[in-house]
Amino acid sequence: MPEFLLLALAAGLGVALVSGPLGCFAVWRRMAYFGDTMAHSALLGVTLGFLLDININLAVATGCLLIALVLVALQRGRQLATDTLLGILSHSTLALGLVAISLIGPGRINLMGYLFGDILATTAVDVATIWVVGVLVLGALAYLWRPLLSITVHEDLARVEGVPVTAVRTALMLLMALVIAIAMKVVGVLLITALLIIPAATARRLASTPEQMALFASGIGSLAVISGLTASFYWDWPAGPAIVLGATAVFVVSLIKKQGT
Amino acid sequence: MNNPAILLQTRQLSVIRAKRTLVDRADLTVHAGEIVTLIGPNGAGKTTLVRALLGLMPYNSGELVQQPGLRIGYMPQKLHIDPSLPLTVKRFLALGGSKLAAITGALTRTGAAHLLEQHLQALSGGETQRVLLARALLRNPQLLVLDEPVQGVDVAGQAALYALINELRHELGCGVLLVSHDLHLVMANTDTVVCLNGHVCCQGHPSQVTANPAYLELFGHRAEAQMALYTHHHDHAHDDCGELHHAHKDSQSHA
Repeated sequence: MPEFLLLALAAGLGVALVSGPLGCFAVWRRMAYFGDTMAHSALLGVTLGFLLDININLAVATGCLLIALVLVALQRGRQLATDTLLGILSHSTLALGLVAISLIGPGRINLMGYLFGDILATTAVDVATIWVVGVLVLGALAYLWRPLLSITVHEDLARVEGVPVTAVRTALMLLMALVIAIAMKVVGVLLITALLIIPAATARRLASTPEQMALFASGIGSLAVISGLTASFYWDWPAGPAIVLGATAVFVVSLIKKQGT
Repeated sequence: MNNPAILLQTRQLSVIRAKRTLVDRADLTVHAGEIVTLIGPNGAGKTTLVRALLGLMPYNSGELVQQPGLRIGYMPQKLHIDPSLPLTVKRFLALGGSKLAAITGALTRTGAAHLLEQHLQALSGGETQRVLLARALLRNPQLLVLDEPVQGVDVAGQAALYALINELRHELGCGVLLVSHDLHLVMANTDTVVCLNGHVCCQGHPSQVTANPAYLELFGHRAEAQMALYTHHHDHAHDDCGELHHAHKDSQSHA
């Protein structure tokens, strides 16, 4: 196997493993569109990171987190529905990112790479970043697992029972921002949510506990990465979209299984 | 008559949101071993008041005093869990931090032991309420706060649930704050009724509240029907007699 494919595989699997459990929370808490909004703002983070000459991953994570916090602040207004606010933020930040990139000058930023992923150009440093961040996020998820489940089931009940709901919710957003920052390399900002949602949704049909669902989601994500990269290698498909289609294929196959509990 | 401890008390508590006064200078006291029922029409601010009491939403003026270290078992009005989350009753109860032995104990007490391995989404209304009550019991509560505990339960089930709540109050010696939009079956075991319509219209022992003009105005004929039912249940009730008084006066007179 050529080295670039090995690196791509290592990067993809790292992202798939951490997207599994995080994607489950996105599904359970109905945060699909929320994740999309954060991902779209990533492009703006890229530009800022480029302009300020700081680490792109860090800039993206910070940008995503800021957008998430803005959204939480806006939600307190209660005048507009959350999906309306998300729609405004999501597309405004994406548009702003696109304009900012064009202002920097054509050719200086690989726009397509950021939009749809550039996994075949993964470097050893990228792989290291993905795995370090990935392991940190998985550790945090394991540590926060019960409070996270608790606020997902019933926020008021969790609060009365002493769970620091706001802190836990903010932590979840931070973890999501971090994962978006590392997943951008693999599938690009426009397809990140797919990598979070599709494996988790597929796992639902097979799992009977939350932990099982998280584990299966990681497995299904990994399967999607492997099949996507294979298709990309043999048939010259664009790698990011091929990975997403790999996940979709598993989802479609899973529909054959009769729905359990 | 001994004087049971005050678990929780509000004085002139007001909650204002978006320039609307949802709760207007409410006085409410819950003693240990006492069942206080908060009634009122829809939109009367019952849930708002309860949420303020639980610290789930800030209040704008007035006072809220709790017994230090008060352990509250809370039963929310609704449990809406996304169908995508596979969760058994056992796991749901464990989320509160309890061990399996305690979980089966609480479920047995609420008559829901057979539901242990069931998925939450597969439960009926009555079963869900019993599981939620078990979760509240696992806190080993000194105060049970139950928001519309019989919602989605058929009439026979409602009576059984209220009977269970009454038993639990004696067993645990805990205070109970009950929210209901309907006095119907609540009355028999309630010590104090607090009738809320933004402000506290009247409060006191059920037999007195139901004769109160403010109450009758709020509940109309329906109240009369409930009176009949209440009278029917009267013989197995109260050892302790509340005193009727109007809103905004001192509310600490009873018990």
